Amino acid sequence: MLHDLLYLAQQTINALQQGSIYALIALGYSMVYGVLTMINFAHGDLFMLGAFACMLLAGVVTPLLTAVPPILVFILILLMVMAVIGFLGAFIERVAYRPLRGAPRVSAIITALGCGLLIESLTLVIFPYSQSIPPLLANRTFELMKVADPAGAGAPLTLTITALQILIIRVAIVLMVALDFLIRKTRYGMAMRAISFDARTVPLMGIPVDRIISMTFLIGAGLGGAAGMLYGLAYPVIAPSMGILVGWKAFIAAVVGGIGSIRGAVLGGFILGAVEVLAVVFFESTYRDLISYSLLLVILIFKPYGLLGSAPNQKV
Amino acid sequence: MSALLEIENVTKRFGGLCAISACNVRVTAGHAHGIIGPNGAGKTTLFNLITGIYQPTEGAIRFRGESIAGLRPSRIANIGIGRTFQNIRLCKQLTVLDNVRIAFDSQLHYAPIEALFRLPRSGRDEQRSIDESLALLGPFGLLGHAHDIAGDLPYGSQRRLEIARALALKPELLLLDEPAAGMNTGETAALTEFLRWVRAEFKVTLVLIEHHMHLVMNLCDRITVLDFGQTIADGTPEEIRANPRVIDAYLGGSEDEQA
Repeated sequence: MLHDLLYLAQQTINALQQGSIYALIALGYSMVYGVLTMINFAHGDLFMLGAFACMLLAGVVTPLLTAVPPILVFILILLMVMAVIGFLGAFIERVAYRPLRGAPRVSAIITALGCGLLIESLTLVIFPYSQSIPPLLANRTFELMKVADPAGAGAPLTLTITALQILIIRVAIVLMVALDFLIRKTRYGMAMRAISFDARTVPLMGIPVDRIISMTFLIGAGLGGAAGMLYGLAYPVIAPSMGILVGWKAFIAAVVGGIGSIRGAVLGGFILGAVEVLAVVFFESTYRDLISYSLLLVILIFKPYGLLGSAPNQKV
Repeated sequence: MSALLEIENVTKRFGGLCAISACNVRVTAGHAHGIIGPNGAGKTTLFNLITGIYQPTEGAIRFRGESIAGLRPSRIANIGIGRTFQNIRLCKQLTVLDNVRIAFDSQLHYAPIEALFRLPRSGRDEQRSIDESLALLGPFGLLGHAHDIAGDLPYGSQRRLEIARALALKPELLLLDEPAAGMNTGETAALTEFLRWVRAEFKVTLVLIEHHMHLVMNLCDRITVLDFGQTIADGTPEEIRANPRVIDAYLGGSEDEQA
């Protein structure tokens, strides 16, 4: 019994790590959908570029700053990755999505898919083989609990958390709290929410809509880049195709949480992380995706707008 | 007196359709200026041209003597032209207070980074926008509803909220698109007094599109009449009432003859 609980606790820690990464990516989908009612299908590839940007920046920055504590180097690289990927996201919006803003919805979707493929293919040209991210921090493992094997023969069971896991969860939470504050308490968040309700009237209230949209892409892509970096540190072998599956999963998380809702995206991300990890606890690992997505489909049957989403304005 | 807004020979074509054709309007600072005309005369198109939603095909639009054609709508709002809409356009899911705060955006100056680190200016700015918004809601009878959802307000209150929101921009010129739409005679009379008070209190020049003749004739210093996108008359309420072309096109003289 205690063993099972311990195992479950261990998996919960893993689920939190996975969930924070999904949540960070899901935020980008949800924010962009909120202001433009458009799905930025290139977002998963921006996530992938976050990991590659981390690898490249680490190669340049780390040797220069040997005297600086690793945690500061980590924060510096994180901020740089977020800035680079954020500006790239805003750039993509400016050159690829903005010219199509008046066009049918499907054109924007195709363009977004195209941008994603372009990013992926270009990355593949530059890095044909899988790369590995150097560890930025010495990864210590903390033992939280230790229980002797009741059978007496096997090794004792332990509940552990690594420094990296703590860091990933902590960084994700700091970013999410900062974003929540920005959305709820500042004029920028107010403008984003206003645009999501009525993009045509808001300019007449003196709000520069294009600038707010650029900013939304900047922040959304920046968070995606941060997620890519954290993911790359957790699973150091990175490839240009890594954004596809993770990106889709985070998109599903955003939909389950209620796309357009910031807190919904976070909730969806953590739910998806938990379901994935727990599916493996109770069933064979090959069933993981089958079980997690069946469950998510069931959620959508009962809450078609997602857990925290609201039905759009019914126009009669 | 100087002209605050000049619309000079403005034409707007949508493909083959000419919505506004060589239209001329001169709005004097401090006036209430009525724009009347039958449905489809191009009145709302004219507002959309002034606020930058449409670009004129030909002609000039000047505000305080400077051309504003080609400026972005948000820029035009910020140089002092506020507006309300024929069909109320509030952010219906946001609170009454937030609807007004939105219009304060351009008067706040802090950057995102200041907000994240909670530097004093961001808090001060936001508090100022809340205080000023609440102060604005008072005279509109909306203070008690500040934290209600805008879409839940009764129709008349939503109309007043739209005017309050436009005034939060601190405009010099306020464009009102059918402010009395859907109001009965008593409500319209109250609105007339209210708009008179708004003009004096906020020192704002009013341009209003309106079908309630009583309101227009009582409130306006000057009236422009549009028909098929053209200015067919311009003058004081007395002149307009006596103008045979206006009676023919709009006030319905010919119907009497037919009857």
